[in-house]
Amino acid sequence: MNENKIAEVIQSSTASFIAECYELYEIPSFGSLVKTSVDSNEIFGVVALAGTGGIEPGRRPVARGKEEKTADAVYQTSPQLLKLLRSEFTAVVVGYSNNGKIYQYLPPQPAHIHGFVYSCTPEEVKQFAASFGFINLLTNTGQAGNSDEMIATVLREMSRVQDNPHDFLVGAGKALASLLGGDYQRLRNIIGRITL
Amino acid sequence: MTEKNTVLGSVVAGSVEHGVDVRLDTQTSVEDMVVGRYVTIEGKKQRFFGMITDISLGVTDDSITASPPSASDQFIAEVLDGTATYGALHVLPLKTISPAGVVDEAQTVKTIPSHFAKVSLSSEHDVELIFGKEDEQRFFIGNPLDMEMKLCLDLETFVKRSNGVFGKSGTGKTFLTRILLIGMLQKSKAVNLIFDMHNEYGWEGTSESGGRKVKALKQLFPEKVAVFTLDEENSRRRGVSTDFTVKIGYEEIDPEDIALLRETLNLTEAATEAVYQLRRRFGKEWIQKALDLADSDDTKELLADMNIHESTFQNLRRGLATIRRLPFITSRAPVDAVKTMLEYLDRGINVVLEFGRFRDITAYVLVANMLARRIYQRYQEKTEFAMAGNVATPTPLVITIEEAHKFLNPEVAPRTIFGTIAREMRKYNVTLLVIDQRPSAIDEEVMSQLGTKVTCLLDNERDIDSVLAGVSGKNELKIVLSRLAPKQQALIFGHAVPMPVPIKVRDWGSKESYAEFDRTRGRAPAQAKKDIEDLWK
Repeated sequence: MNENKIAEVIQSSTASFIAECYELYEIPSFGSLVKTSVDSNEIFGVVALAGTGGIEPGRRPVARGKEEKTADAVYQTSPQLLKLLRSEFTAVVVGYSNNGKIYQYLPPQPAHIHGFVYSCTPEEVKQFAASFGFINLLTNTGQAGNSDEMIATVLREMSRVQDNPHDFLVGAGKALASLLGGDYQRLRNIIGRITL
Repeated sequence: MTEKNTVLGSVVAGSVEHGVDVRLDTQTSVEDMVVGRYVTIEGKKQRFFGMITDISLGVTDDSITASPPSASDQFIAEVLDGTATYGALHVLPLKTISPAGVVDEAQTVKTIPSHFAKVSLSSEHDVELIFGKEDEQRFFIGNPLDMEMKLCLDLETFVKRSNGVFGKSGTGKTFLTRILLIGMLQKSKAVNLIFDMHNEYGWEGTSESGGRKVKALKQLFPEKVAVFTLDEENSRRRGVSTDFTVKIGYEEIDPEDIALLRETLNLTEAATEAVYQLRRRFGKEWIQKALDLADSDDTKELLADMNIHESTFQNLRRGLATIRRLPFITSRAPVDAVKTMLEYLDRGINVVLEFGRFRDITAYVLVANMLARRIYQRYQEKTEFAMAGNVATPTPLVITIEEAHKFLNPEVAPRTIFGTIAREMRKYNVTLLVIDQRPSAIDEEVMSQLGTKVTCLLDNERDIDSVLAGVSGKNELKIVLSRLAPKQQALIFGHAVPMPVPIKVRDWGSKESYAEFDRTRGRAPAQAKKDIEDLWK
């Protein structure tokens, strides 16, 4: 099994998909790049909202740790919890690749349910981040409130794998500045968060 | 600079009237741009050649100016640079060049480049295409700002009209004029008559920086220049070899000359009127006779007869006495100075008239006006004669005058010969080279007739306005003009240049610079070198 295979698509649309993680709490970090395949295309997404809850929507988990010393001990005494709870995340689609060529706009088809979701290798991240077209998709996700936070985190994450993180961030900042030219406050908020 | 033809930015707005706005690319630093530099704009159908007339900073969102990033936050400043904040140029298109490389001869540009046309610094090749190379007619006068190439002035065209050199005191007018005169000596067919008020053009002058001596015309071109002097003693003391000492007889002074001196001699209006009466009464020797009039009853009768009031006459006498005190004025001149001067000029020899110690404005105005008037009359006769028969027209003459506003101010310009020359211009092959520091004091009509204007730094608003009156792109050129360096830089515009050009005037005063002039004179370099060394002995 590919060790990067981390989740499976359980709900999908053109602009985003929701994936359930194979292991409880093993969610890829916020803002990291993941991918899933549809036919010959690979769809790229960045991890936006993530969370953990019970598998039955109507039934809330109950508190169990009154007698336990540590939180981990709760899971040890009730191993069924690992099956009753699940972690899932929403990935915002930022582009796709076809025959090795990367397009930073929405794919022709949405992701398939049960499609495997892989986390991307540093090499793949570097390739994807060679241009900044995806920033536009991120600014328009409509996830008010945390979309600025997400953009900043994505850029920070991506800069980690670059040879020259500073230049990368300046370049990305400039791309953002031309997109948000008329909204200086928002621009400043985001840029304030990507400074290393 | 090595960044030849690097794209600076692109055109984003503009109009024919006001020029075009150029937004700078991110990688172009606004601090590398200089007002007065040339840029080439690649339009879709033709290339435009223009001058940077203003540089500005822009923002896409006004709140940036309201709350700029803190000085410690370098990162955000770096990000904003070239995106949300950017540099912009204002460019005045001056010439168009067709794809085949042909320069449109018209003085003004009739269209503007389309949106997003690429703008780059002009290459030397482009500048040369427009201004031409140094040749038989073109004289190397300086370098365009921030460029190594030689900018050449077509002197044959230059001397066809009256021209002006302006600039406030100490900006290098004299240096510039000296260079222009040398150019005219070498490259044009015109002869020069220079009224050299401060004794700077004939033999040698001094440079203001360090007070070193610099050579002037006669030292460099002894065979082509004659120095006339009004003050032989002074010239001898300065070690100048003069060719002729000018003496002026009373009978050569006309009432018009006195009218011109009204202000300097403090004469009343009535006194200047009386001059004409006296001239009519006494004929040629009127000054002598008027001064000889004794305080007698006969005189009173005579004055009453001429309708001249006693006090008016006294006022006039005081004025005439001032003139009489000038040592070069004699009751009878031994040799006719004008005739001698014309002989020299006819032989193609340039004449510099030094004033020696007589630098006061009375002497200057009187002599310059008187001589120029008579020379002009002769030229007029000769030209008319030439028109009648098939005789060659006289050699074109350029008269250089300093403190020009004394001759050309609105009050006297209609009366002085210089006003006439400036207005009637080249009809009689006589033109002016006007040198002045207060162009606003010169008659508007005369200013508008000047063909080419060369102006050093001016900072008085009225002076700038009067120099630039009627030039297209006046407001833009105003910015360029007021940003010139206080020395050795000048803006040239008008008839002899295809478009306005700010230049750094060529070096003058060093050994090398003289050698350079000699080279352009076409002598063998070895001989030139020897000559220069001889000069320095």
